[in-house]
Amino acid sequence: MKALASWFHRRGWRELIIGIPYLWLTLFFLIPFLIVVAMSVATRTPTAPPFGYGGENPILNFEGYGRLFTETLYIRAFVTSLMNAAIATLFCLALGYPMALGLTRVSKSWRNILLMLVILPFWTSFLLRVYAWMGLMGRNSWFNSMLTDAWNFVVPQAYTLNSIPMMNTNFAVILVMVYTYLPFMILPLYANLERLDPVLDEAAMDLGSRPFQVFRDVTLPQSIPGIIAGGMLVFIPAAGELVIPSLVGNPSSPMIGRIISDEFAQVRDWPMASTVAVALLILMVGPTMLYARYQQKAESAGAEDKP
Amino acid sequence: MTRRPVFLITVMCFGFAFFYIPILSMIVYSFNESRLATVWGGFSTKWYVSLFSNRQVGAALWLSLKIALVSASIATILGAMAGITLARFRKFRGRTLFSGMVTAPLIMPEVITGISLLIFFTLLANWIGWPGQRGFTTITLAHITFSMVFVTTVVHSRMTQMDRSIEEAAMDLGSRPWQVLRDVTLPVISPALLSGWLLAFTISLDDVVISSFVTGPGATTLPLLIWSKVKLGVTPDINALATLIVALVGICVILAGWLMSRAERRRLAEQRLAYRTNG
Amino acid sequence: MSDPAPFIRIEGVSKRFGHFEAVRDVNLTIGKGEIFALLGGSGCGKTTLLRMLAGFETPTSGRIYIDGQDMADTAPWDRPVHMMFQSYAIFPHMSVEKNIAYGLKHEKLTAAQRAARVGEMLALVQLTPFAKRKPHQISGGQRQRVALARALARQPKVLLLDEPLAALDKKLREHTQFELMSIQQRTGVTFVVVTHDQEEAMTLADRIAVMDKGEVKQVGPANEIYEYPNSRFVAGFIGAISTYPGRVIRLTGDIAEIDIPAMEGTFAARSLPGLTEGQQVTVALRPEKIAISKTCPDAVNVVEGQVKDLAYFGKDSLYRVTLPGGELISVHAVNARRASESGRPADWDDRVWLSFEPASAIILTD
Ligand SMILES: Nc1ncnc2c1ncn2[C@@H]1O[C@H](COP(=O)(O)OP(=O)(O)OP(=O)(O)O)[C@@H](O)[C@H]1O
Ligand SMILES: [Mg+2]
Repeated sequence: MKALASWFHRRGWRELIIGIPYLWLTLFFLIPFLIVVAMSVATRTPTAPPFGYGGENPILNFEGYGRLFTETLYIRAFVTSLMNAAIATLFCLALGYPMALGLTRVSKSWRNILLMLVILPFWTSFLLRVYAWMGLMGRNSWFNSMLTDAWNFVVPQAYTLNSIPMMNTNFAVILVMVYTYLPFMILPLYANLERLDPVLDEAAMDLGSRPFQVFRDVTLPQSIPGIIAGGMLVFIPAAGELVIPSLVGNPSSPMIGRIISDEFAQVRDWPMASTVAVALLILMVGPTMLYARYQQKAESAGAEDKP
Repeated sequence: MTRRPVFLITVMCFGFAFFYIPILSMIVYSFNESRLATVWGGFSTKWYVSLFSNRQVGAALWLSLKIALVSASIATILGAMAGITLARFRKFRGRTLFSGMVTAPLIMPEVITGISLLIFFTLLANWIGWPGQRGFTTITLAHITFSMVFVTTVVHSRMTQMDRSIEEAAMDLGSRPWQVLRDVTLPVISPALLSGWLLAFTISLDDVVISSFVTGPGATTLPLLIWSKVKLGVTPDINALATLIVALVGICVILAGWLMSRAERRRLAEQRLAYRTNG
Repeated sequence: MSDPAPFIRIEGVSKRFGHFEAVRDVNLTIGKGEIFALLGGSGCGKTTLLRMLAGFETPTSGRIYIDGQDMADTAPWDRPVHMMFQSYAIFPHMSVEKNIAYGLKHEKLTAAQRAARVGEMLALVQLTPFAKRKPHQISGGQRQRVALARALARQPKVLLLDEPLAALDKKLREHTQFELMSIQQRTGVTFVVVTHDQEEAMTLADRIAVMDKGEVKQVGPANEIYEYPNSRFVAGFIGAISTYPGRVIRLTGDIAEIDIPAMEGTFAARSLPGLTEGQQVTVALRPEKIAISKTCPDAVNVVEGQVKDLAYFGKDSLYRVTLPGGELISVHAVNARRASESGRPADWDDRVWLSFEPASAIILTD
């Protein structure tokens, strides 16, 4: 008992603080992850659990990785995912940037209220936010009829529609992604823009720049870290999204998340599901590195501001 | 800047309309008489009645709350330890791996976390017979793992902003490092621990994807219940449920905002008083 | 205080951060009950030296002894020194009272003894009415006193103060200087005070160490450092001074005759041991050691010049006089007589004679 106390006094407390989360993450994050990587080169067997190594199967089976490049199902899924995620990110930026900039320009009391309004949906259920759009996009919803009327008013007679087919399209996926991920774009952008010194703007205007030129020459270059951060926060989860495409997407052109889930649960091809998962992770490495670098830059820039 | 940023204000109006019109529409239609969820058929509260009489919803909510409470609490402890480790222990063996392990779950797609944990639990059950059945335990373990890294981030950033000299002062006054941690560091970062806990709690309460993989027979959390209903299409009782959740969150947020602004005002008043009384 | 018993010994201490040498080969002894000031410009290594005394940094080389004990293996929490931090480092979540009591937790005291000690400390720094306040409810000067009381509560042998007055306004700073001195006298604790303010160092300290770029340039009582600086850095750092290059012409007894080109002449100055004829030196003159008059005085060292600039402060005036060689010299004169038309010793563009005693001229050899 005494020895234990003295061990704790000397270094034990430190070893416990490092060791417990270390052990936890190794057990429940690292090992499961390594199992997935190992699973991706296993062979599917009709046993339970449905995989095997060696025996009559090859020890390392890279067939799955070959299928990724040859079967159109996978190629299309990757292209659809990356396209949808990229388009959603661009729309988030187009809408989120002016909103974040606007937030820095309103009075302080308004700013707090509006910020709260940006964050508020985040605290409500993600699933319900997707669901809200299902209600709006359905064939006979007021929203759809309104859009249909507008469409019919504009286009020639031959193109009129009874309702606009919105549900179960890539358009719906992108729309809902923009809706659910927009706060992730606005918040880092706002944090970045708020730190910029308004005096710089004024200095630029003083030197004869018009507001748009000020934006282009002063504000925009300085907000690149915020754009990258926000962009990655939207792009990365969007590319792996499962819920949104399952609820409002086009079932005939599934996204990666859906493929992984289906291979795993429906087809019960664990090795292939793992292969697709590993491929998705590899695709995410590039953007993540970019994000980490800018994150670090933004943080060190912030540190320099402080005395 | 006397010029009004007309363009920005226009976009902001559009943006907030975009944020709130779907939610408002959902609230309005929760009072819809018609069974067709998208066609207005007159005012009624019958969906609330049917919601409250639905035992399934109550059980799912209770399970979700239990999981969120347990997982957020454990995640806060583990996340605080990891955050302290990152901020204060500059050198130890495996630091690179450790910092990798606390960042990777942040960007790991949920599907992958889900299947990796499910494979892990399945194999574990095959090898050592545990977990015999998936459900509360496995969901809680999964939630702890992926929400603790959010707590870590919050705690780490608070610790790096904290004035280190107050920890040195405590050490200087005779406290050993672990006593410094107990007496000074933890109390000072307690707001970060609270917000970390809240974050972990909401993440757990909101999770569908990971839960859907690691759950087992009979363990249906509220998001899983909603997920299974919504997959079949729009149903009015979900509208009612959504309305209740939005109302609850709204009240909590407004209350929190009011409490915070009151505390801030009181603090300022005390400060003024302090300066006045000593001239 | 003249020859205090050594209490802290710093022997050949250096500290490197990577390739940067923040403290270089410092040797100091500090006596018991002394107020010792570390004086130097920003970034010269004062805080680093202090942190090595407190145990937060380990010297790269050299040894530190406190009360005869080598501190190399003593952790900060076991050292008989307490520190008052530059930022005060008050625990924000504890009341004034709890802050002061914090260090006492580690001593075997009864609750009553502890309360008595806290009460004593509160009284010492005149904070008794504020005992229950939280740190954000008191002013900056009060926070400074909480930090002082907290550090003194455990009755340390040495108190380290890192710029204790830097965060206070001028009036409060002057007041607090004297308060610090009186507290030091009452408690008898050895104070090591870091400051970059030379006036503060001179007011507070029994002895001063002047530091530059990690090195200690000179150690001594305030008057010694002021009157007998041993280097151009110290001379320039403490007080105003004018310096001119010169060459030793002749040494007679304790007088050196020095040719100063800027003054176009040869002047007598108090010699230094080790000076040789023909040696290049620097002659430094303090403004207040020079007499100014409109008539040629009967003195050993006289130089003629022209008033270029003058600033009248009431009780005294500062003149800037052009020397024969074209360089400027500062002269500080007390306005002993009441100013009338001709009351001032000199006016703009007047030709004047400046004179100084041989003993007032400082010869610097570096
Ligand atoms: N932990 C550290 N790592 C690297 N360099 C350091 C560290 N601490 C101090 N330094 C450097 O050592 C030098 C001396 O620092 P120190 O804080 O001792 O200066 P100081 O004399 O107290 O200055 P000031 O009056 O500004 O407080 C500085 O150049 C500083 O940049
Ligand atoms: Mg310093």
